[in-house]
Amino acid sequence: MSVFEGFRFRHVSSPIHRLDPRVKFFYVLVIFGVAIAFLEVLPLILLFLIQIPFVLVASVQREWIRSLKGASFLAILIFVVNFAFGYFGGFYPSSMSPWEYPLAMSLRFLVLVESFSIFFLTTSPDHLSLALEQSHVPYEFCFAFTTAVRFVPVLAEEAQTIMDAQKARGLELEKGNFIKRVRNYIPILIPLIVSAIRRSLELAEAMESRAWGATEKRTNLYVLKMRSADYTLIAISIGMVIISIYVRLFITIPSLTMLLT
Amino acid sequence: MIEIKGVYFTYPTGVEALKGVSLTIRDGEFVAIMGSNGAGKTTLVKQFNGLLKPAKGEVLVDGVNTRKVSIASLARKVGFVFQNPDNQLFCENAEEEIAFALKNFGFKEETVKSRVTWALNLLGLTQYRQTSPFMLSGGERKRLALASVLAWEPKVVVLDEPTIGQDFEQKERLRQFIVQLNAQGKTVIIVTHDVEFVADCGPRVVLMAEGKIVADGNAKEILTDKELAFKASIVPPQITQIFLGLADFGLPTDVINVHEAGKILLDFLKEEVKP
Repeated sequence: MSVFEGFRFRHVSSPIHRLDPRVKFFYVLVIFGVAIAFLEVLPLILLFLIQIPFVLVASVQREWIRSLKGASFLAILIFVVNFAFGYFGGFYPSSMSPWEYPLAMSLRFLVLVESFSIFFLTTSPDHLSLALEQSHVPYEFCFAFTTAVRFVPVLAEEAQTIMDAQKARGLELEKGNFIKRVRNYIPILIPLIVSAIRRSLELAEAMESRAWGATEKRTNLYVLKMRSADYTLIAISIGMVIISIYVRLFITIPSLTMLLT
Repeated sequence: MIEIKGVYFTYPTGVEALKGVSLTIRDGEFVAIMGSNGAGKTTLVKQFNGLLKPAKGEVLVDGVNTRKVSIASLARKVGFVFQNPDNQLFCENAEEEIAFALKNFGFKEETVKSRVTWALNLLGLTQYRQTSPFMLSGGERKRLALASVLAWEPKVVVLDEPTIGQDFEQKERLRQFIVQLNAQGKTVIIVTHDVEFVADCGPRVVLMAEGKIVADGNAKEILTDKELAFKASIVPPQITQIFLGLADFGLPTDVINVHEAGKILLDFLKEEVKP
């Protein structure tokens, strides 16, 4: 569950929290795009590092580290799988050592997790919904999205209770071989799914009874407005795009292997 | 016997749920653990079968430290019925639901069969043997959850909030059932804030507030203590409140049971108001 913790919003105030969510999302997309554009270790390390100031300014280090810890298992898996295929299949660029390409892949994954984690840690679900609405996404979709986000911790808690209930009936999750272990989760998944469906029906009824969708045109109490900090972040993002396109096209990035030898 | 020695427990979120709790529950006792929401009742009972392990202090179940053994082996002794039956029901029919735990504990096939029949019969669910748990009513689901725990005959039965969402009839049946279980020698522990229910059962009451035990004694003693009730944010039973108000007339104030109250009042009226 620690991965979820790394994406859960907490109410803190910081310059990063106050940024327009649309701008933050644009920034995340830029990081995403740049991370996909490079397969070399050096730029990915750079991408990883330039986000750390954001984390520090937003003071969400603890949650952020937790999300990275949660992601580290997958990162290691990505490394191992890529290494195995590269090493035994010979699928790696000749200028690199066999470990460099898998390392780049894991780093890329970590950069993506890192940027999305910053986004979700510093953007409240309300802000997110507001951003979606003001980007002209239909309100039904915005509502469904924010409800889903909001229910993640609720479901996680429910899953814990169900796990306790089944353990109290002698279920041992860690027992048996791989297939048995997967099967061990059936007594947890069924009550969880049933209760999620029941909960969503109840929520729908509660919303209908409070006149959900009664007015055609909704207005908002808060309206998002771009401020100078937002324009700065846009400028930084666009700058990153331009620099990375330039570097991609005109500069050969040395591989770590070349630097080390 | 369950012995709790100076137990502290803090949730990962930082909430200090237990702050130095010590308690001994002997075999065959009937204990109600009471207190307001967040007093630490559920956290305390989850220590009994090892679902939660103490951060400091120790919990001994029949002399075995809960830190040293698996939840499953503790669950064999301490059966735990959760507040919401929907948190545990998942099988195709009632029969399989009851058999689930029995299979987990490695009972033989014939034993599983006979125990299932026995448990269904015990809680009046025989006609639902092949019915899906999800088709049962709230009260029936609760009884099925109880049956699925009693089926393996644990020495200790813990019931978390057994009366929530139950109508009067169900509650009365449950009360009789619990009293009967206890009479048969089982240790019964209930977690509840239903004072009326506790008053009718008359068990030993352990009162908790803010992660500590503030009182421990028989139901009569504890439920009629106004100050204690205030401290633990519970309200004495309605009948007790009436008698506390009538104290000036020389009536006893330690009345928690309606039948008892009726008798006292009738005697009083016969004395005072002569026809």
